[in-house]
This record gives sequence, structure tokens and C-alpha cells, in this order.
Amino acid sequence: MHNNEFKYQRKDLPSSISKIGMTLLVVGIVLGVAAFFVDHTRAVYNYLIAFTFMISIGVGALFLISLEYIVGADWSVPIRRVVEFFAAIIPLLALLVIPLLLNVGELFHWSHADAVAEDKFLTGKAPYLNVTFFIIRVFVLIGLWSLFYFFFIRNSKKQDTTKDQKLTTINIRLSAIFIPVFAITLTIAAVDWLMSIEPHWFSTIIGVYFFAGTVIAALAAVTLATVLLKENGYLHPAMTNDHLYSLGALLFAFVNFWGYIAFSQYMLIWYADLPEETFWFMQKWEGSWAIFSIGLIIIKFLVPYIVLVSQPAKMDPKKLKFISVWLLFAHLYDLFWFVMPEMEELSGGYSFSWIDLVFPIAAVGLIILVFNMKAKKDNLIPIGDPKLQRGLDFHL
Amino acid sequence: MTDKKIFGVTALFNEPNAIISAARKVADAGFTKWDVNSPYPIHGIDKAMKMKPSKLGIVTLIFGLSGAVLALILMYWTMSVDYPMIIGGKPYFSLPAFIPVTFEVTVIMATLSTVVAMFAFFFGLPRNSHALHDTDYMKKVSRDHYGIVIEAIDPKFDEMATLQLLKDLKPITTEIIYHPEKENYPIFEPRFIALLVGVAVVVSIGTYLMLNKLVYIVPFDWMEKQAKVIPQSGSEFFADGRGMRLPVKGTVAKGFIPYPFEGETNPKEVLSNPYFPTKENLELGQRKYLTYCSPCHGNYGDGDSRLAGQFPNPPTLHSDRGRNFSDGMIYHIITVGQNVMPSYASQVTRDERWAIVNYIRALQRAKNATDADLKLVKAE
Repeated sequence: MHNNEFKYQRKDLPSSISKIGMTLLVVGIVLGVAAFFVDHTRAVYNYLIAFTFMISIGVGALFLISLEYIVGADWSVPIRRVVEFFAAIIPLLALLVIPLLLNVGELFHWSHADAVAEDKFLTGKAPYLNVTFFIIRVFVLIGLWSLFYFFFIRNSKKQDTTKDQKLTTINIRLSAIFIPVFAITLTIAAVDWLMSIEPHWFSTIIGVYFFAGTVIAALAAVTLATVLLKENGYLHPAMTNDHLYSLGALLFAFVNFWGYIAFSQYMLIWYADLPEETFWFMQKWEGSWAIFSIGLIIIKFLVPYIVLVSQPAKMDPKKLKFISVWLLFAHLYDLFWFVMPEMEELSGGYSFSWIDLVFPIAAVGLIILVFNMKAKKDNLIPIGDPKLQRGLDFHL
Repeated sequence: MTDKKIFGVTALFNEPNAIISAARKVADAGFTKWDVNSPYPIHGIDKAMKMKPSKLGIVTLIFGLSGAVLALILMYWTMSVDYPMIIGGKPYFSLPAFIPVTFEVTVIMATLSTVVAMFAFFFGLPRNSHALHDTDYMKKVSRDHYGIVIEAIDPKFDEMATLQLLKDLKPITTEIIYHPEKENYPIFEPRFIALLVGVAVVVSIGTYLMLNKLVYIVPFDWMEKQAKVIPQSGSEFFADGRGMRLPVKGTVAKGFIPYPFEGETNPKEVLSNPYFPTKENLELGQRKYLTYCSPCHGNYGDGDSRLAGQFPNPPTLHSDRGRNFSDGMIYHIITVGQNVMPSYASQVTRDERWAIVNYIRALQRAKNATDADLKLVKAE
């Protein structure tokens, strides 16, 4: 039968990756700083989009790790390190959030005491929506995510040398705790960072909406990295396209899930036709925003649905590479559509500015750099995991 | 024994890896009519067998899409064209409201068509008998063995050569399977049919007793049993004992204008005729006159009643008095009655009464026609 001893696998990724990441980050940061001086408000809004995008990649990846443990998946074990490297951005969120916290007044209408005093709705929401509690929540969320990240990764890394099966059991238990924590914290994140930009509007499905987008973004990042690493021989040679099929199928499932949730949110508000809910969608139908709204359906649902619907497409590396880049863009686009119409200047329709392109560049650069740094330090394959052989043997 | 028809040859293995390599070799030998049997799905076996991807997905796609289209057409026709209804202030054709139904119909059409197509075309059901049924081979591959069967209808099949090929794969055993001498249809066995009928009868009787005698659940009859007024019947609820209520005093029916000179025998003023004696109006008047007036007044208003003495004859309408009546006066007489003539207000409507007045005027002019009138008639 099979020999369960795996060799210590360590291959440094090509230096071009760190060069690309560094270039993107430096260009992004330079232009980003410039953007803050040119149009402060617009820069803050765009920074928020890039920040929520990084939450999606990092926390989404952490969710995928815990999902593997809790459902006992085998197929994803050979690529779990790829997911772990994406989650490595989580501790950095505590630093990345600081520019936002300095500009709370610019972003959130509810942070102005005089505006709250005049507005009975905001007065009612003040016990939750106030700056002190907001900042506490931010650090509690990032702290919780970092804590779980730290434990998951420590156990996973330790297993490489000790081959201790108990560590898997510990991580399974950890996942059982993390999943409900994840559900609550991600909902809070969505309510705080996305929904409260327009404090008068409310949608009870917003947490699920953000969750669907988050998992799409994390999965797309993992799929892209997996296909690229596999093509260049960095992953275990026993991995087949059947592994890719699982990623493609999950992507397809979550594209459908997102469509379902996005439509549910829209249809309930459309049907009830209550002015305190519909105005939010009306804002996204003002002027050129209507094109963005229709574009969202096409970009985030129709195109990925048609590309991924057939079985061969879900395991075709070329199509997966294309669609994962597409879906990463689609998630950014979704956040952009969500956030930007709330900016007072742009409430009548969109007008282009270079500032909108800058922050995603920096975010992508940072994610690549962190990924590369982690990949240099750790094994690309969790060689101590007891399920690794079964994962490699995975066939459809 | 030689006249037995061969169905195929089989080989048994006791390890999944062995069956995968064996399947690979059989596929390489170019066979097409063959199959692998195992107690559970073996990952990667379809690749080893060089099976083409199933075409079932196409059926699902076609029926799923037609489900979506049919659902949209149904809702468009019923909700927007045939019986348009405004619901919640939304347009007749409001797509967001139709999406859930479209989605459900798409899913149900896709799944049902997939299942039916799978059974009917891909599994070849209904099939009552198969040569592999009731063989030792089938019993073993249903339990803990893995088998390959190559059917005799395969163009490359040759009894000895194929058997040798299977033997070269080093199976536990090989076996030649023959078609049963007599086609065996267990479904048509009298015992089986009797069992089916028996089960049906027992289940029906049991269900009947269970639902109607043991645990009879009253159907929802809240609406039938509720307190309510039944039309045309009394009610103890109201003091006057009537079920249906009388209209409030002074209620006027829709389109009805009360007659202002009700009850007066010799009114000082009367209404003026709002109708011109057009052809249609005169025809209406004639019809109504012949129905309601002519029995007493006669077909031409001469007072020559068709009732012939059973009822007092009215005077002729062509007297000076009658001709000098104003239109409104004749209308008044029809409405309230005169002498022995009763009111015709309940039989003849307001507009019909005016039409009768016009018709009577025509009769009177005809009876006393002037030369000028005769010239007019002749000119026509």
C-alpha cells in the first residue's frame, strides 16, 4: 500500500512574484497617498472598498480552512497551505484599519453628534452606532479573527514536524467554535463597514450577502493560486484536475448562492415597496449607476454562471484561471457598487477618476507579497496531515 | 446445451485496484459492449473504461430552459394578457415577481426530465428480465466482488478468445453466461399479480378504516359552519326576522330618477319629451306599445280592445282630447295611470315610456294625415 512518509517539500517561488507584488504595492501606496491629498473623501471611500476586499480574502480563506476541518474534506488537504497563506493577511488588518478609523467622520454620517441629535432615527440607533463602540467592535473582530488564525496555523504547521494526528482533532474542534463566531463577526463587519455608510437603510440579509461575496473572492483567489502553482510544478505531482473540479464546483455553487441572496434582498425590498428601504436601490439607479447595477448582474452572476455551468469547464485550468480573475474583479465591482453611490458627490451618477483604480492595486500587491513571504517560510504542502494521502488519491 | 444462446463472459476480482487495471486492458482491447459491476462506485473507473461523458446533461439543459420559457409565457399570458390584475401597485408584467416561479419550474422540469430520461433512455427501463439476473456473478458483485462482463453482441466477441483475454487478467473465476432458455418475466407470474392485488386491497381497506373510522379528521369547514346570513331565508339575529335587509328609507336605485308628479291626477305641469322620434326610437316605442298598450287600446289606438269586452274598453287615442294632450301628459298617464288604467311604471322603463309617447304621436298623425303628409309618403 501507500507509504505515508512525505518528503519535506520546500520550493521557493520565483523571485518575479515578489517583484510583481512589490511593484504593485509601491505604485499603489504612492498613488494612494497622492489620492488622499487630491480628493480626500473619494480616497477614503476607495480605501474602504480595498479594506473590505482584504477582509474578504483573509477571513474568507480562514473560513475555507475551518470548512475543510469541520466537514472532513480530503480533496482540499493538498492545497490547504495555499488557503492558509491567503489568510495570513488577517493580522495585518489591525494596521490597515487605522487610516479608516482616522477618517470615520468622512465616511459615516452617524459619527457626527450634531447630525445624530437632529435625526430621531439616528438617535434611536446611537447606542449601537457610536464611535467608541464602533472602534471597540473593529478591534474585537480583528482580534478574534487573528486569534483563530494563529491557532489554526500553529497547529497546522506543528503537524509538519510532529505528524501528530491529535492536532487535526484540535483544529476540528476549533472549527466548530469558529464557524458560529465567523457567522456573527462577518455579519457585524458587513453591518458596520458597508451598511452603516447609509445609516438610515437596513437590510437583514446584508450579512449573508457579504458572506456570499467573501467566499467567492476567497475561493477565486485560492483557485487562481492553485492553478498557477500546479501548472508550474510547485504542488504535489499526484494532484489531478479532479482537485480543480472541486474548486470549480464550489465557485459555481457560491456564484449561484450570491445570485440567490442578491435577488432575495432586491425582491423583498421591491415587493414591500417601503420608502425607507427602496431609496437605497433608487440611489443605485440614479443616472449612470443604473448601468453599474445591470452590470453587476452580468458580471457577478450571468457570465460566471455560463462559463462554469458545464462539467468540463469546472476542471479546465485555463477557464478556471480566467474566471477566478474575473470573480476577484467582480467582488471588487460589487463592493464598489455597494459603497460608491453613497458618496454625496457621486449620488447623481458616476464620473471617472483615477483614484478608483489605485487602492485595489495596492491591495492586490499586498496580498501577493504576504502570500509570497509565507510561501518562502512554510511548506507548500501540509506533509504531516493524516488526510494528505487520501486527499491526493481523490478522484471524481 | 450447445443450442443455448450466449449472453456474455464474466470475470470476478476481489480488489478494486485489480478491477481498474483489468478495465483498462479490456478498454484497450477495443470492446464496446461491456460493463463493470461493483458493490459501490469506484472513483476513476469511468476513465479506466474510456467512457465518454454522459449526454444526460443535454436533456437537463433543454428541459430546464424550456421550463423557464414556459413558466414565463404562462405568467405573461395569465397575469398580463388574459386576466390582467394589479397586485401591490406593480405593473402587469413585473419580472422580479415572476423570477421565483420561473426558477421553481426550471428546476422541476430539469430534475423530472433528467430522472425520466435516465430511466427510459439510459437504463432501458422498463426491463423485466436480464440474463445476469439470478446468476452467481450478480450475487457476488452485489456483495464483495468486482466483476467485468463482456457481452456477446460486441462485434469483437469470440467465445474462446474473449474468455482467454479475461483469464489473462488473472481473475478469481471466469464464467460464461447464457440467456435463459425461456424468457422469464416474474412480473407476469400469477402469484406476483395476486400479491399486488392483495396488497392493494388490504392497503385500501386499511386506509379507509384508519382515516374514516379510527381517526376521522373533520375537513376544514370553518367557512361553511360560520355564523352568517343565508340569502332568501330568515334570521333570528335581526328583530324583524328577515335575513336580507331592506334598503334604507329613501334609497334610490342606480340610474333611477323619481317621478316628481307621483299620485297627481291632473298635474299643473308635466315633463317635456327628451327624445326625438328617430327610427330606432319609434321602433322601440312600437315594440313596447304592442306589448303593453295594444291589449286595451288596440293595435292602432282606436280603443278596439283585443280583450273583446272582458275589460272595459278605453276611449280612442285619436279624439281631440287625446291629440291635445302634451307629450308630458301622456307620459304622466302611463306613469301614474288614469281611471281604470293602472300605472305602468314598473313594466315600462322611463326611456321606453318616452318611446311609446313618440309612437302614439306617430299613430295620431297617421290617422289624421293631411295632404302634405300623403305627398311626403308618396315621395318616399
